Amino acid sequence: MNRAPLIFLGIFFAIAFSWTGIILTNHLSYAKLQPVYDEGEGKAFPEALPGNAQRGAEVYRDLGCVYCHTQQVRHPGYGTDIERGWGERGSVARDYIHEKRVYLGTMRTGPDLRNVGARFAGEGGRNWHIQHFYNPAEISKITLGNKTYGSIMPPYRFLFETRPIIGEPSPHAVQHLLPEKDQPPAGHEIVLTQRGEDLIAYLLSLKDPPLYPEEAKRVYVPKAEEPAKADAEAQPEAAK
Amino acid sequence: MSATLTASLSPVASPDMAKRAELSAIDASTKAPTLYFLGSAALWLLIGTVFALIASFKMHSPEFLGNVEWLTFGRVRAAHLNAVIYGWSVNVSFAVALWLMARLARAEVRHAGMLTLAAAFWNIGVTVGIAGILAGDSTSIEWLEIPTYATPILFVAYALVGAWALITFRFGRAKHIYVSQWYLLAALFWFPWLYSVAQVMLVFPGTATYGTVQSLVNWWFAHNVLGLWFTPIGLAAIYYFLPKVLGKPIHSYYLSVLGFWSLAIFYNWAGVHHLIGGPVPVWVQTAGIAASFMMVVPVLVTAINHHLTMMGSFRALKYSPTLRFVVFGAVNYTLTSLIGSLASMRSFAEIAHFTQHTVAHAHHGLYSFFTMVMFGAVYYILPRVLLKEWPSAKLISLHFWATALGSLAMVLALTVGGLEQGVNMHLLHGDPAAPKNFLEVMAETLKWLEWRSYSGILITIGHIAFAINLTWMICQRRTAGTTQPTLFRNAPDMEIAR
Repeated sequence: MNRAPLIFLGIFFAIAFSWTGIILTNHLSYAKLQPVYDEGEGKAFPEALPGNAQRGAEVYRDLGCVYCHTQQVRHPGYGTDIERGWGERGSVARDYIHEKRVYLGTMRTGPDLRNVGARFAGEGGRNWHIQHFYNPAEISKITLGNKTYGSIMPPYRFLFETRPIIGEPSPHAVQHLLPEKDQPPAGHEIVLTQRGEDLIAYLLSLKDPPLYPEEAKRVYVPKAEEPAKADAEAQPEAAK
Repeated sequence: MSATLTASLSPVASPDMAKRAELSAIDASTKAPTLYFLGSAALWLLIGTVFALIASFKMHSPEFLGNVEWLTFGRVRAAHLNAVIYGWSVNVSFAVALWLMARLARAEVRHAGMLTLAAAFWNIGVTVGIAGILAGDSTSIEWLEIPTYATPILFVAYALVGAWALITFRFGRAKHIYVSQWYLLAALFWFPWLYSVAQVMLVFPGTATYGTVQSLVNWWFAHNVLGLWFTPIGLAAIYYFLPKVLGKPIHSYYLSVLGFWSLAIFYNWAGVHHLIGGPVPVWVQTAGIAASFMMVVPVLVTAINHHLTMMGSFRALKYSPTLRFVVFGAVNYTLTSLIGSLASMRSFAEIAHFTQHTVAHAHHGLYSFFTMVMFGAVYYILPRVLLKEWPSAKLISLHFWATALGSLAMVLALTVGGLEQGVNMHLLHGDPAAPKNFLEVMAETLKWLEWRSYSGILITIGHIAFAINLTWMICQRRTAGTTQPTLFRNAPDMEIAR
């Protein structure tokens, strides 16, 4: 191999091949997936995130949540995501079309968050996130034998602000949710920063809709009433 | 050792001496950029190690520096990755690749000042990028966290390095293109393609592709940076230093050719295995798995070629620091690649994906293989560039054992821990409705995370030994006359080719 032009051509085609196959082909074939209009609901799915949740996605980016949390539910029969209650179905490409940046993730130091908005919803969900961000190890813990293990999620107390009460106490103050040891000094209150509010709004909004009709034809979904039959017919090579 | 009478009377008349004088001139022409790249690489290695220790301790003791926002786990982990990848690994790659290219092409580096400028740009870019990550501007795209405002600086630096390497290659006196140069040329061409596609199709908001095609771009890039940049440069170094230190040729030319082209074709497609079971088309996952499995071909071919070259010379490992690091790296290249091929199988990925096993594999490849080979290269290159010897063989020995044992301990702990984590996560213990509680899985993984911190401390000790030896070497006075290379012990019957 002493001919530089030939070596160069080989090098060029090697990478051009994978770029065309992995990226260009898929970009052309499904980057422009569209939302599906559901006549029963009168709107199209998946829905775009509301504004405060989109700001929250930026906080999710900035704090690097993706390094410990995935946002993809594995299909039934591959892993135990469904059994864990991380979703009612496996994730499909159409779920992600509105996302400016996709956080599939590669590590599950913490649980999957694709449908965390279904597990923790409404006022109760918000309160849980507030307590959890302040003291993860005390909210999520488990006792094995005679030892208690707290969550290894880092605390996010910097998403809160302790400030003196000026005039009326804020209706948004959160210290009543926190334990005795975390109470602010007299005359002070603890509130979420705007970033904290946005991040929680984002987490509360994370929830995928039921499967779209197009994917329902192709993606394996077990039928609760007749699992044996579903196994036999509706599982080509995709689920294994 | 068999000098003729003429040569002993007049060294200049010896063809061997003429060759050495030429190599000496070439080495001297690379001095300023080599020193700049290597010095900054060593500095980033230390910085990256500190970030690594902080991140590792946080994994099992989350209250450690828990209220410092800029050191929160998600940021310090990204800072660690970028410091050791773009700071240490790429800087040292530049130094080794340029030096190898100059020597193999038999060309003095002309206008080395431009390379020094490139080194300055690269390090400014990495510094700005990591400061940006700690400040919260990370893109949160794995391996591409450096914020967009730092990217153009890196791009200018890379363009200069790439151009200079090609110029050196083009205007060299060598007629032959050695196997190391195939790998270097390929790497120099592949990296800018990978990086610019990733920037355009993924990072820049206006031109990014949509949905999970982003994830395909992400892993095509991230895995190929390993496979098409770090691996070729590591292999180029092995192909150079193994025969150089042993004073004998590579076993088989044809195995080298086969190894090179099979790597070029298969590694390209392997990255998709990071998305197995994810929301991307199944056919592309299958193609990725097939390519990952086919990587067995280049890996075994290269391993056989290197092993047959080493045959009969294993005793040299007792003496030569360069050889010891390089051979350790080469063996781990084989191991980590075979484990990688296995891990890409769907059934294996079901268990091991999303666990610490991935972290083990990443460190096995990038540390036990690539970084160790680069250490070996540095131990060979610096004395020739500086015309000084390493001051302490003991420190080299400490460096070797601390990093070799430390990295293997880390890989082992995280592999076992990751597999345990994966089995705990996915085995249903006979009851399909009740998988093991997530917190219970976490609690049982904790001990392995602590082991990772201990092994990290061991690696840190090795890095400190390296840094001390390096600083000492640069600061010491040059001794007059001829010197002996610093070996672990005296080698009675072995000539260390210079």
